[in-house]
Amino acid sequence: MFIKEYIKDVWGAISSLLKGMKLTGYYFMHHNKEAITEQYPDNRKTLKMADRFRGEVVMPHDENNEHACTGCTACELACPNGTIKIITKMEPTPEGKKKKAIDTFVYRLELCTMCNLCVEACPTGAIKMDQTFEHSVFDRRLLTKKLNKPDSKVREGVE
Amino acid sequence: MFSLSHITDLVNAWLYQQFPPTLALLLQFVIVGILVITLFSILGLVLIMMERRVAAWMQLRLGPNRVGPRGMFQTVADTVKLIMKEGMTPNGADKLMFNLAPYIVMMVSMVIMAPLMFADGFQIWDINIGVFFITAISSVSVIGILMAGWASNNKYSLLGAMRSGAQIVSYELSAGLSIITIVILTGSLQVSEIIAAQQTGWWIFKGHIPVLISFVIFIIAVTAETNRAPFDLAEAESELTAGFHTEYSGMKFALFFLAEYVNIFVVCAIGATLFLGGWMPFHIGSWESFNHIMDYIPSSVWFFGKTFFLIFVIMWFRWTFPRLRIDQLLNLEWKYLLPISMFNLILVTLMAIMGWHF
Repeated sequence: MFIKEYIKDVWGAISSLLKGMKLTGYYFMHHNKEAITEQYPDNRKTLKMADRFRGEVVMPHDENNEHACTGCTACELACPNGTIKIITKMEPTPEGKKKKAIDTFVYRLELCTMCNLCVEACPTGAIKMDQTFEHSVFDRRLLTKKLNKPDSKVREGVE
Repeated sequence: MFSLSHITDLVNAWLYQQFPPTLALLLQFVIVGILVITLFSILGLVLIMMERRVAAWMQLRLGPNRVGPRGMFQTVADTVKLIMKEGMTPNGADKLMFNLAPYIVMMVSMVIMAPLMFADGFQIWDINIGVFFITAISSVSVIGILMAGWASNNKYSLLGAMRSGAQIVSYELSAGLSIITIVILTGSLQVSEIIAAQQTGWWIFKGHIPVLISFVIFIIAVTAETNRAPFDLAEAESELTAGFHTEYSGMKFALFFLAEYVNIFVVCAIGATLFLGGWMPFHIGSWESFNHIMDYIPSSVWFFGKTFFLIFVIMWFRWTFPRLRIDQLLNLEWKYLLPISMFNLILVTLMAIMGWHF
């Protein structure tokens, strides 16, 4: 039956278009409640970031100025575009042996694509992604950051 | 009852009293021209603001909210920016045609204003073939678009113009056929008579199902004729950058932009006139008291209210539906809209002969 198919076609088209219009019509009528725009510079204090937003790599330190980085360079190897450079040093332990430790964790923000591979590669959970995003500076040298704080050392028991 | 026709009659009488007839007529031309240009600029500002607001709200955004109270002066700021921009003409372009095209498109949408009835007794030219005049003139705008596309010497522009040509030529048919249904019911092409015939009720109620079908077809067809989404193949930002006005900048681009919005206003005004009774208030058959209350709302409010409602519907389409491909576009017209409107035409004719409408 050609004519039956034809009418079914037209009816299907009209009903699906009306369904779409109903949704946008609902949004139009309830725009105050549903609008998801963040008025960013005005609401800096109450700004809520999405959970999956990644702003920069940070290395958390605890209250004793200790971090969890052993200087294994797994993150440096995982990084696809050379954002991370780890400079290690040999540090004497109380037993008189020498142990490899981190001297400087160099993080070049201007190269970073926030791919999260370094965080996934880290065996000790020493680095994580932060949600800060106001990174603009007037001198690009300021974008090369040292993540470990001065005089910080690796936490006891982290291997 | 207050009516704008008193004012127009007064001005007319005064002009003919003060000046010789020829001069008075010329002065009237000037006054009408100034009024139309004023309406144009106001419509441009209001409709673009409305479009951006509707788009934002439907997409869960806020829309312009920085310039002036609640962003109301955003379009004024945009206009100032466009006026200050340089109007470039590309080296390889056909200079005369390139510069002429936006004016042709503008002029067409200005001329269509002539038979429109904005309020009771407020009309530029009550020509006895009003509806025919509108359909005839509105197809000239495709010449301006083709001119722009051809003269730009740009592939995108040419493709956009050709698509637009195919589209307008096809959709004019079903738009015309759905206009004819109302002409059949009224028995006149004159705009004022079509409105007068809706004294007892708008055609969309009096003509029930067949007129409803032709109303839907009319709205679809004029959306295509004004090159708006979901039929905006002529511009198709994602494929052709901006279609036929890719090469235009500054005020010449603004003229195209303005002409698009004024065209929307004009086609919606025609739709409101034919199906929703123009300036005629909402009347129900013989409910005298109800009709009398409705008469107290000024006729211009009725006209602009209906027109803006239809404009809102067309904007609603734009921000809901995805764009059609060119083959889908022509399929829709030739396989669906045209056969349905032809069948509908027969139905309406039968209804008019048998007197099945109210």
